[in-house]
Amino acid sequence: MTLPTRLPLLVLLLPFAAFVVLAVVAPLRRAGARAGLLSIAAMSVAFMAALVAWVEGFRGEATWSWIPSDGGPIATVGVLVDPLSNAMLVLVTLVSLLVQVYSLAYLGDEPPASLGRYYTYQSLFAFSMLGLVLSPGFLQMFVFWELVGLCSYLLIGYWYQRPAAARAAVKAFWITKLGDVGFVIGIVLLWSATGTFDFGELFAKAQEHALAIDGLGTIMFLIYLGAVGKSAQFPLHVWLPDAMEGPTPVSALIHAATMVTAGVFMVTRAQPLFALVPDVLILIGWVGAFTALLAATMACVESDIKRVLAYSTVSQLGYMMAAAGAGAADAGFLHLLTHGLFKALLFLAAGAVIHAVGTNDIFRMGGLFRAMPQTGIVFIVGTLALAGVPPLAGFFSKEAVLSGVWEAHLTVPFLMLALTVLLTAFYMFRVVFITFFGRAFEAGHPHEAPWLMRGPLWLLAALTVAVGIRLAVGGGEHEAPGWLVPLSLASAFVGFALAWAMYQRGLVDPATFSTALAPFDFLARRRYGIDALYAGLYRALVLGFARLIGWIDRYLVDGVLNVLSALTLRAGAGLRGIQSGRAQDYVYGVAFGVLLLFVWAQLWR
Amino acid sequence: MIGLQAYLVLAALVFAIGLFGVLTRRNAVGILLGIELMLNAVNINLVAFARFNGDLAGVVFTLFTISITVAEVAVGLAIVIAIFRVRRTVEADRLNLLRG
Repeated sequence: MTLPTRLPLLVLLLPFAAFVVLAVVAPLRRAGARAGLLSIAAMSVAFMAALVAWVEGFRGEATWSWIPSDGGPIATVGVLVDPLSNAMLVLVTLVSLLVQVYSLAYLGDEPPASLGRYYTYQSLFAFSMLGLVLSPGFLQMFVFWELVGLCSYLLIGYWYQRPAAARAAVKAFWITKLGDVGFVIGIVLLWSATGTFDFGELFAKAQEHALAIDGLGTIMFLIYLGAVGKSAQFPLHVWLPDAMEGPTPVSALIHAATMVTAGVFMVTRAQPLFALVPDVLILIGWVGAFTALLAATMACVESDIKRVLAYSTVSQLGYMMAAAGAGAADAGFLHLLTHGLFKALLFLAAGAVIHAVGTNDIFRMGGLFRAMPQTGIVFIVGTLALAGVPPLAGFFSKEAVLSGVWEAHLTVPFLMLALTVLLTAFYMFRVVFITFFGRAFEAGHPHEAPWLMRGPLWLLAALTVAVGIRLAVGGGEHEAPGWLVPLSLASAFVGFALAWAMYQRGLVDPATFSTALAPFDFLARRRYGIDALYAGLYRALVLGFARLIGWIDRYLVDGVLNVLSALTLRAGAGLRGIQSGRAQDYVYGVAFGVLLLFVWAQLWR
Repeated sequence: MIGLQAYLVLAALVFAIGLFGVLTRRNAVGILLGIELMLNAVNINLVAFARFNGDLAGVVFTLFTISITVAEVAVGLAIVIAIFRVRRTVEADRLNLLRG
């Protein structure tokens, strides 16, 4: 083991150590803020280490045998260090660190015991995601994949006394499990066909064209299903908006660095395998683009600020997946990183707004720029980055995605994504205009958030700008067609202008617009009926099936046993009369039996 | 000369009477008496066969049986007395603790 693997291992184990300490030492956990400080300390050291690993460009792999068997271990655990995982390490540790610092202020009013629990989960969450990122094989990845799902369940349901939060947590858990079933089946099928979980071996085989397995398409499709659940792709995207019931920093974490990025990361990691099955890739591209468009339309009619951001995350995940499907996984991954920065920024800024106003409804906010200019500025920076305005980070990654999709000749998905650019600018500036400008709502006295919250915001805003400038200077690996930049800028501008005209100037009445697009408006407000469809399917199929099974269990399985036991009881009650307890009766039986034996012996000799 | 069969019929009768007593008497002492009759029916059989077969072993057996019978009566009566002490009765119908 050398430094290139030891340092990432340290990054992985520090949050785990913090988790174990907080989980075991109850007094420390119940101390609240002190538990948070421990977690933050561990995370900041981990962040430094991750930064070093990234800057130095470490590469390496260290594995230990996990399931030994004759002829080499069946499964190994370890760390796989390469540029992909290094970049993710930095993103995950950075966002986790900032979110944890931010939470100190945001959740400062929580009871200490709850806050300690929160930080325990946070540490475990970071550990799970780091373990997933560093996985050298599918099996370890799956284990951490499930851990990530568990942690998001715990954190979404942090306010478990609230029924909505508890429901949302369960929903997130189950919907992602739907995809995970496919994932685990795919992994096992792949293993039974190739005999290995290890990425290195699999990729080597893929390169030597030694992976001509029957049904590789099916296997990769099943593995992709896991990403559909985790990365909230249509039709399993329904859990992500509901996940907004968790505390806002948790949303920032889930949407930016952990959980939803896991699916995109997995597809990126397994790109050499997906490259072998073009059909699945095209499906990924189509589903991604469709998800992007669908979520963007839903974001346009949403009035809950966090839900708008949630739909925008779903939409941006669609971009990443579309890029992966177009074979431009690098572009998708770049978008993942930049999106992680500005989406964390947006969520944390939205958290500051919610903290100040006490409501999620944007129509009950307004004119907040005057009261909290700093939050307003960073929110606008994030919005510009999300809308894809140069020279912010989002612009370059989005261009890379678009050009990748165009070059893969996925014309219809490309058009969907281009339309989504327009919608993205529209719904984000809609939020900006309604929330920060416009008429001030006379409710409460909004104030700027404390420094613990503003610090991470400014840092993320600065990073969003800095990464954008860095990409502007050193980017340009993706040769986009010349008309692409003007097109996407123009669509973003149209979206901005529409939002401005509707919600700032009042030139166009939003109502006339929604009546003009009545069917879409109707559907988008009802989330395209997908939630209702699931609820109906659940009631009809799952509950119906459960009722059938219940009937069979009650009347067939139990019935047979009940009849048997009743017969036995009745026979026993009948036979107990023989047992009179009088010795003479028994003697009579013996004598009569002997007599019978004599008779029998005489007659049938 | 009375034949062997007559003795055997006598023994069978005594045995049947003893069995009847064992099965029908209410009093535990009466049951013991019935057992006594049954044992003596066996003795009659043994002696009769010994006499008619000219084999003294049967007579010797009878001596053993008589002495064992005495011991049996002693034990049986002791049990009856013990039961009486506990249950204040020796009526067989009421000794039905084994009732199912």
